[in-house]
Amino acid sequence: MSTPIVNMLNIEKHFGPVIALAGVSFDVHAGECHCLLGDNGAGKSTFIKTMAGVHKPTKGEIHFEGKTMDFNSPRDAMEAGIATVYQDLAMIPLMSVTRNFWMGREPVRRVGPLKFFDFEKANTVTMEEMRKMGINLREPDQAVGTLSGGERQTVAISRAVYFGAKVLILDEPTSALGVRQTSNVLATVDKVRKSGIGVVFITHNVRHAMAVGDRFTVLNRGKTLGTAKRGEITPEELQELMAGGQELATLEGSLGGTV
Amino acid sequence: MAEPNTQEPAADAGDERVREMSRFRKALIRPELGAICGVILVFVFFLGIARDSGMFSAEGITNWGIVSAQFAIIAVGACLLMIAGEFDLSVGSMIGFSGIVIALLSVTWGLPIWLAILVAFVVSVGIGALNGYLVIRTGLPSFIVTLAFLYILRGLTIFIAIATTRKTIIGGVRDVAEGDPIAWLFGGKILKGLFQWLADIGLVGKFVAGTRAGQPVVEGLPMLIVWAVILIIFGHYLLTSTQFGNWIFAAGGDAQAARYVGVPVNRVKILMFMFTAFCATVFATCQVLEFGSAAADRGLLKEFEAIISVVIGGALLTGGYGSVIGAALGALIFGVVQQGLFFANVESSLFRVFLGVILLMAVILNTYIRRMITGER
Repeated sequence: MSTPIVNMLNIEKHFGPVIALAGVSFDVHAGECHCLLGDNGAGKSTFIKTMAGVHKPTKGEIHFEGKTMDFNSPRDAMEAGIATVYQDLAMIPLMSVTRNFWMGREPVRRVGPLKFFDFEKANTVTMEEMRKMGINLREPDQAVGTLSGGERQTVAISRAVYFGAKVLILDEPTSALGVRQTSNVLATVDKVRKSGIGVVFITHNVRHAMAVGDRFTVLNRGKTLGTAKRGEITPEELQELMAGGQELATLEGSLGGTV
Repeated sequence: MAEPNTQEPAADAGDERVREMSRFRKALIRPELGAICGVILVFVFFLGIARDSGMFSAEGITNWGIVSAQFAIIAVGACLLMIAGEFDLSVGSMIGFSGIVIALLSVTWGLPIWLAILVAFVVSVGIGALNGYLVIRTGLPSFIVTLAFLYILRGLTIFIAIATTRKTIIGGVRDVAEGDPIAWLFGGKILKGLFQWLADIGLVGKFVAGTRAGQPVVEGLPMLIVWAVILIIFGHYLLTSTQFGNWIFAAGGDAQAARYVGVPVNRVKILMFMFTAFCATVFATCQVLEFGSAAADRGLLKEFEAIISVVIGGALLTGGYGSVIGAALGALIFGVVQQGLFFANVESSLFRVFLGVILLMAVILNTYIRRMITGER
């Protein structure tokens, strides 16, 4: 197998006396969708924030394209090519789609000594990128607040893709969405994966994970319970694994040599 | 098991639940609409009741023009700061403080007035930066931090004035400003030739008696108005057409989301506090040079008047949304109403009643429009 884009080895994260992560290993390859499942409080958020550069791991190593990395800020991770789409922090609803899309990386047009926001370029690219993802905007200066939840996630995803993400972390992108919007977002995830980007898909919905996932890792109480490939595990087994607790011992066996 | 939806969503079909908007309706739905309606209402009102009072003569226009320009200068700063998600309640105290600094340094201590003005700008912009730094570092609401500075600066201003001159008013600024290389930038008038010509062709009245007989009643365009126009244009372009403008919206819209995509939110906010202080000092300098004196109680309640102008102009109190043009129109409403009731010979206490009514109506309209634009529920 090729080298994974991101390889996280035995990541531990302590917040004072609380051990949020107790040795989690996780990797993602180019063009695959690796689902990270777990119930609330399992440590999913802490783990992806470590990957995204928000938290520094207490112990463990992060390899990016084979090199050991030490992210000090989200900016570092972003520049390396790890983009994160947070569930509720993806977009600013009061601002237009274009302003959101280019936020932090605005194209600049020079007029003599003055520098202006190049809206012509920004609008054209935004419309084009949104069309690729299957969303036809009425106009690029439409406020994000007028879009549906699924469309907002799609804007955030296409923004990350446009700015050259190699790994895309999606934090529960479907948890607040309706059926149709969910399927649109899942279709977008599928497109992104096929374009050769590694996708980390965080969810606690097994059906959503099964729809697009190539591999599944279950997190419980700060530990990985195992990783399974597509076809090696049934939704029921995943569901039970996530529930954790007493059935743990019996389920360990069903994962077989995949751990 | 759900399979991924591999079908293209119907991209070309518009949403049948969204009504097509006519171009007229679209042009109408903008953040400034409330303020535009307010301006029309106010002008119709005063054209109706005060047309013959001289309110719309050259002299009258200059009168309310200057007052509106004063409001506009501080409203531009307050507007950009509010869009960036913060308040500055120390604007009024800053006006009094800067004025006293200028008068004290130039009149009492004999420094050239250009140096006094420069020092006032440096000190007040520094205090603006301190305001911003404290807000960022403590994470406290800017409302509280700048409220503290409202008291600190006002108290300090009165103390300094009394400790050094035993008075709270320092006069004699006009004499020391005579022939100064930069004082005219704040206290002077431009386009005097134009106004003389306008008077000659009869568009502007002339003095008919006294030592100034034959001169136009309006000598020229006060620099105060020039400053207001420059600041409005600068603020408008900065906000709507630059990268930094996008950061201002982002910082106020959702600071955390903005940080995640690399917007330097702290820098943006501190710079906006500094800009607000800068605007307050422009106001103070113009006022000191116009009156020829500084008083420790100047600028009282100006912070609220600036915020009201901004809110009439369509800005959202919680940040992330607003318009500099709207704020300027809010300032115009403010100036016209305040001076207009004087022309109309109406009890000046009614100024507040009228203002409150306009504020309420504009904000209700603004909220309605903002919901249409941003899809808020």
